[in-house]
Amino acid sequence: MPEDHESKCCHPHHGISRRGFLSSVGAGTVAAVSMRGAPPAPAQEILAGAGAVTVSLRINGTARKVLVEPRWTLLYVVRDLLGLTGTKVGCERGECGACTVLIDGRPRYACMTLAVEAEGHEITTLEGLMDGEKLGPVQQAFVEEDAFQCGYCTPGQIMAVEGLLRRNPNPTIEEIRKGLSGNLCRCSAYKHIFNAAAKAAELKRRKEGGAQ
Amino acid sequence: MSTYWEDYDGYLHPEMQGTTSAAAEELRPWTGETRVVGKALPRVDAYERVSGAAQYTADVILPDMLYAAILRCPHAHAMVKSVDTSAAEKMPGVMAVLTGKSPGADIPWYGGKPPQSKLFDPHCRYEGEEVAAVAAQTPYQAWDAVRAIKVEYEELPFVLDEESALKAGAPKLHESGNSLGDPRVTRRGDVEKGFAEADVVLEETFYTSVQIHVPMESHVSVVKWDGDRLTVWKSTQGVYDAVLFPLARTLGIPVNKIRVICRYMGGAFGSKLEVGKHTVIAALMARMTGRPVKAMLSREESLLCVGNRPEAKMTLKAGVKKDGTLTALQLTNVSTPGAYSASTSVGFQVLELYRCPNVMVSERAFYTNAGRARAFRAPGHPQCSWALEQMMDMLAEKIGMDPVDFRLKNFTEVSQTRKLPYTSTGLRECLIEGAAKFGWKEARARKKEDGPIRRGVGMAAGMWQGGAGSPPYTAEVRMFVDGGVTVKTGAMDIGTGTKTVACVVAAEELNARLENVRIVNADTAATPYAQNSAGSMTLPGLIPAVRRGAWLVKRQLIAWGAEALGVPAEDLELRENTVSSRSDPAKKRTVEELMRAHGVMDVIGIGNRDPNPAGRAINPFAAHFVEVEVDTRTGEVRVVRMLGANESGRVINRKTFDNQVFGGMGQGVGFALLEKRVLDNQTGKMCNLNLHDYKMITSLDAPADHQVVAIDPNDYECNNVGCKGLGEPATVPTGAAVANAIYDAIGVRPTHGPIEPRTILELLAEKRG
Repeated sequence: MPEDHESKCCHPHHGISRRGFLSSVGAGTVAAVSMRGAPPAPAQEILAGAGAVTVSLRINGTARKVLVEPRWTLLYVVRDLLGLTGTKVGCERGECGACTVLIDGRPRYACMTLAVEAEGHEITTLEGLMDGEKLGPVQQAFVEEDAFQCGYCTPGQIMAVEGLLRRNPNPTIEEIRKGLSGNLCRCSAYKHIFNAAAKAAELKRRKEGGAQ
Repeated sequence: MSTYWEDYDGYLHPEMQGTTSAAAEELRPWTGETRVVGKALPRVDAYERVSGAAQYTADVILPDMLYAAILRCPHAHAMVKSVDTSAAEKMPGVMAVLTGKSPGADIPWYGGKPPQSKLFDPHCRYEGEEVAAVAAQTPYQAWDAVRAIKVEYEELPFVLDEESALKAGAPKLHESGNSLGDPRVTRRGDVEKGFAEADVVLEETFYTSVQIHVPMESHVSVVKWDGDRLTVWKSTQGVYDAVLFPLARTLGIPVNKIRVICRYMGGAFGSKLEVGKHTVIAALMARMTGRPVKAMLSREESLLCVGNRPEAKMTLKAGVKKDGTLTALQLTNVSTPGAYSASTSVGFQVLELYRCPNVMVSERAFYTNAGRARAFRAPGHPQCSWALEQMMDMLAEKIGMDPVDFRLKNFTEVSQTRKLPYTSTGLRECLIEGAAKFGWKEARARKKEDGPIRRGVGMAAGMWQGGAGSPPYTAEVRMFVDGGVTVKTGAMDIGTGTKTVACVVAAEELNARLENVRIVNADTAATPYAQNSAGSMTLPGLIPAVRRGAWLVKRQLIAWGAEALGVPAEDLELRENTVSSRSDPAKKRTVEELMRAHGVMDVIGIGNRDPNPAGRAINPFAAHFVEVEVDTRTGEVRVVRMLGANESGRVINRKTFDNQVFGGMGQGVGFALLEKRVLDNQTGKMCNLNLHDYKMITSLDAPADHQVVAIDPNDYECNNVGCKGLGEPATVPTGAAVANAIYDAIGVRPTHGPIEPRTILELLAEKRG
């Protein structure tokens, strides 16, 4: 299995393992929460589920305090509590890559990362690649190369390419194929995704060249 | 009772029946240069899809929404003796628990007379049958509660294959027994006579495994009641036929009380042509709680419960003369739709693809304790192709003909099943131009390597039974005072680019800028009727209706212009927001001037789909070429390059056309090399219930060297745009081409799919003796 794929399945380097965390959770009291787009369910009922805790997540450059159950994944919190549904739910078992986000700049499966583990890390979702209403270079490349069909795996593919290009601005086709190997596209639009990754590298270079 | 089952069986066939009647006013396909049609353009909804703005059904999160989870039978065959939900009801966050005893939940299911099952049937016929359901405030709480439901099962013996299903005393799935009936036999000519005339007769048995759809967006519905009105967001292939009408019947409420919405759809491949039990379960629990309910199947549930391409055990016998003339084809197929009735037919291409006077197809099926078959991208066709196209290569080798030449030799311009000429068939061009671009002759002539890695090339031809499109479809095309255009259609864009081609055709007809055309789709409260996106019929079904609607708008504006300017309509043209005279461009009126003069702020054209031409068959065709590397030490197969030559009438958008062919062929590679459902003989349970073990191709398996040849047959007859469907023919012949390439590489034929490394090693060992 390629390195990239494997590393995405793992928890963030500095995170707490699921097992370790669960054993250390107490029944502490919980502060008020700020949940944008969250269902206005009474907090009492959520608290009854399991000892919920407040975590502070830094997502797309903004810190957000959220009340979470320790078992909740980053995927669930990002989508269902914060309403950032650009990140997709595909398998919830670390197999398809639809939920790929960047954690500290590296692609990770949000379904395999607990929200509590993500505290203290820089999280970037698809929405975070936008410049206002303007598409980022990887997104723009996906448009130009028609690098999707149904588009559901696309946010994950885009984040995988973004992560790849951050560590390797000039990938070869083999490096692109490997960098995307943790992201399934059932429509099998791979050929166009490869083209988009190459185009994205070019757009990023051009953007950086222009900025200098 | 829902009759969506019948809807499914029907969807392949209406266009085969050849509707007739003259169109209101003839509208011919464009013959000259087109402005936007046929160009390689990005999709009109690309921004939404890459920015995260696109709201898929999975992304619908409503205030106060509850999450459903479904308890499913863990056994291949069992009788539910009791269901105790008392503990689950008291769990935190749980707002509703539903069983077959709940009010309104005793609903017959899966069609048939009497109905084969119920929403919650105590008789569970496969692993994954619905037993109970919960709605809770978080999905975690819902799953907690599902796990707390206590069910007493009586486990029953199960059957997984034909032999045990048909044995005397076998456990019966249905009152009627385990057989779906006598073999269905289709005959043309006399096969015995044909075999007697042949110089070479070959017979081989082929097998293809169960393939599962695995759309990346799992099956999901969000249901909200407002009094007696119901809104359903549903990941579906058809807001009307797949959801609205059957759901109204199932719940016994009028169609107009239900609104079904699916603006973006995360893949389906045939698996989303039904309401689905999860939708009705969500609707019942939403009514119980007075809150919206979302029911999204887990990946495991989607692998078990919502469909698959059934297996096929095919025996094909074929006769050929030395000069390459086919004299007889005889196919028998045995298959299983799983636990409930479904089509498992594969025979069409044997009867249709090549000129052959003597053909017999015999097919039968039996029930097993496994998940149900559903339509899956070109139902029956990749299976048939697996047998037929490998047999074609076997025959060609025996008589010493090139595989491409052999297929050309048996080419036909007449549909043999319908005894009608095709409006167009580009199969000949697919074969010739595909082979040339692929470098077929050169690759075949190349000397074989001696090393452990062997290269080989293979090809296969194919066609799709559907792909014609037919009424009814209605498209609304509306122009505003500034020339802006909105197209409205109930059709889905399941990833094929429907929205884009609809806008492209409207822009072409109205001489509008593409960026000035917007589309609203798949909302039964707002958009006109369209059939399911299935059968490769959305493009040829919908797009002619869009053109008709646009043409009506244009005709109205030009008529008003003629009146205002005092010039004949034939002299006028519409360009963006102006109607002007060709002979005297100074004579012109803006669209706004014309509309205001007639007291309106927009002009709306309602385009209906014209009937198909009488006395003609309409089908798309393909020829696929593949090069593989086989590692004879490990048995691994690598597809190193592919070429797809597809003829689907006029190309509307070259980018989405190519993408469909890439994708269809990619799935074909998976069908040939990777994909199979594995059931455990000891328990009847599915072993590879995840995406690591159910293998699909990844970026490492998709060749970077992949080309598309688009054959345009200049079909001016099939409909007013000249287009045919592409989604399905794009996947039909790929698997067989891979198998043929492997044979070319190693000299042994893998007749059983998928061709796993072990298969290759076994074949090589057998060959060595």
